[in-house]
Amino acid sequence: QNGGYRTLPLSGHVGFGNLPDQLVKKSTKQGFCFNILCIGETGIGKSTLINSLFNTDFDDPMSEHFLPNVSLRARTYELQESNVLLKLTIVNTAGFGDQINREDSYQPIVDYIDAQFEAYLQEELKIKRSLFSCHDTRIHVCLYFISPKGHSLKSLDLLTMKSLDSKVNIIPIIGKADCISKTELQQFKIKIMSALFSNGVQIYQFPTDDEAVSKINTIMNDHLPFAVVGSMEKVKIGNKMVRARQYPWGIVHVENENHCDFVKLREMLVCTNMEDLREQTHARHYELYRRCRLEQMGFRDIGPENKPVSPQEACEAKRHEFYLELQRKEQEIRQRFVQRMKEKEAMLKEREKQLQTKFERSMLMHQEMKLKLENQKQILEDEIAMFIEKKAKAKLLQSQASFSTPVVILKRDKDGK
Amino acid sequence: PHAGPVESKNEAAMSELVPEPRQKPVVPMKPMGINANLLGYIGIDTIIEQMRKKTMKTGFDFNIMVVGQSGLGKSTLVNTLFKSQVSRKSSGWNREEKIPKTVEIKAIGHVIEEGGVKMKLTVIDTPGFGDQINNENCWEPIEKYINEQYEKFLKEEVNIARKKRIPDTRVHCCLYFISPTGHSLRPLDLEFMKHLSKVVNIIPVIAKADTMTMEEKTEFKQRVRKELEVNGIEFYPQKEFDEDLEDKTENDKIRQESMPFAVVGSDKEYQVNGKRVLGRKTPWGIIEVENLTHCEFALLRDFVIRTHLQDLKEVTHNIHYETYRAKRLNDNGGLPPMTVETEENHESNL
Repeated sequence: QNGGYRTLPLSGHVGFGNLPDQLVKKSTKQGFCFNILCIGETGIGKSTLINSLFNTDFDDPMSEHFLPNVSLRARTYELQESNVLLKLTIVNTAGFGDQINREDSYQPIVDYIDAQFEAYLQEELKIKRSLFSCHDTRIHVCLYFISPKGHSLKSLDLLTMKSLDSKVNIIPIIGKADCISKTELQQFKIKIMSALFSNGVQIYQFPTDDEAVSKINTIMNDHLPFAVVGSMEKVKIGNKMVRARQYPWGIVHVENENHCDFVKLREMLVCTNMEDLREQTHARHYELYRRCRLEQMGFRDIGPENKPVSPQEACEAKRHEFYLELQRKEQEIRQRFVQRMKEKEAMLKEREKQLQTKFERSMLMHQEMKLKLENQKQILEDEIAMFIEKKAKAKLLQSQASFSTPVVILKRDKDGK
Repeated sequence: PHAGPVESKNEAAMSELVPEPRQKPVVPMKPMGINANLLGYIGIDTIIEQMRKKTMKTGFDFNIMVVGQSGLGKSTLVNTLFKSQVSRKSSGWNREEKIPKTVEIKAIGHVIEEGGVKMKLTVIDTPGFGDQINNENCWEPIEKYINEQYEKFLKEEVNIARKKRIPDTRVHCCLYFISPTGHSLRPLDLEFMKHLSKVVNIIPVIAKADTMTMEEKTEFKQRVRKELEVNGIEFYPQKEFDEDLEDKTENDKIRQESMPFAVVGSDKEYQVNGKRVLGRKTPWGIIEVENLTHCEFALLRDFVIRTHLQDLKEVTHNIHYETYRAKRLNDNGGLPPMTVETEENHESNL
């Protein structure tokens, strides 16, 4: 029963009975983190509900309906009660359900939750780590707001919840529940729960194993989903100012259990199960994420022959693999480089050859031209020589002819002059 | 923003759990007049109660090691601390057993319960320490054992499919027994504490303090403190781990005045002034173990069990274990790449 250990009786007061106190004292000093994710259509009353739950105006600006995609906004606040410091982070989904095509609505949410797990995992895997002092941003609970208008769950609701149920604790709630009558509400709740059940959606069950809280938790489990109303305004009922919504036909009192399940939600979320929500997130959802992620990275607990592989061996093997891969890559790159070099060299040689031939050819042409021109020069010189000779001969004939015929001479003299 | 005051129903619930009078109220539960404005109270402070309940359900582990030469009263002291026969001497071991030739490590575990809190207590004894003629390196088996426990925990932590609660066998506290010579620390004491104060929380105690007078005790303690300081031995509570001013003032007082605790142990009861008390009967009187004027056992008990038990575990986990882990992973070349290996991206912790 005690893991194989004998139980010994104490013969006097030792004092370790206050050990839980010691532990709690330390945790109180560090403060607590609690992170809530609210998913629901724009205008369904998410911010108002959170304000009402924590009795504070968190000053979250209203979103408009025309956002192009779903974006998540996280804000952290510090609340203090007695000497307990709570770091509360509210993550709101802006633009959920507003687009015409809503196929990808749930993806940013899944990515956000995974990113928080990843951040924690990275910290945990570091060599020098500081897990106890780092701010835990993992989502501890997801409040899923179901629209009160309609007969049952919408397909977007089912799709979103199905993609989140193994990553986060989901508590479904019906927002703006003051527009459903009591009888309709019962039917609505039954339809929703059966739709969730038949689609295999795992919502958060309030734990029933601890006798102190099992009774109240079992009752509460039957009241899911909680039909809530939130309000930022206070109205006077009797002689007190209470959160309420005023209609011409009456006043809906937020904290009246007959009017809505707000008190139940607050009781369950804050007063009874906050610690369990945190623990489930860490022990179940985070461990699942971690396991999947490490397996994805190639780690196994059991080796190829079904023998347990020690993580050190796995690390060594991985490192070796990585190193081999690195070497192979280096080799590849080097080979490629050498190849390129060779190609370029060949190309340059080719070009060189081409230029050489071109050069020789033009040299040749040049020579030919020169020769031709020389020939022509020679011919011309010969002609000039011949002409000079002819000229000399003509002059001689002319001087001989001037002595023979006078009449002719006159004429000739005239001509001859 | 501040919410309203605490409702008194929480106080009633808490007092049911712990019937013994507590010394220091951890959460001041002064019942102020219930505020008529119910909206003021949210219930955030109930998380303390939720956490307390959860931890009580899971129970606690505590592993304490005793080191010192044989005959210094280690087993008796541990039995006195936990008001139960938890040490190996009582679990079927013979007192006339021969002193082993080398240092042995013997761990005995029991479950004890008080006030609804279940504790699995393991007492680790080190027979043979300091008893040989040549005691060189006799701390090595002890250091090896301590590191083996860290290694065990690390292996579990690094698994892909992890246990919900990793069994904690790491040594949370090591009581080192100083022989009451009245003069100074011995070279063996200094060597041991120098080596081991870096891997485990060491609490030095002066054993069999009933052999010293009040003056001798005070002088001896002063000298021991001085010697520890001169040799750079950081015993628990270590100065560098004081979290805030409150811790520092409290721990300074303990470090500079009370430690090392001069203790006497006993598992026999005698009648003194109409009360049954644990004590040692001598011809000249009865030494009352839990009487602060006789010895400092009560201080040790309160320190280890009633105020610093959780802190001992936390320092072991957050500091000593992390140091071991970091060194181990560094020697291994760190963990392989974190991101899924892509063509170009090879980020790593290497």
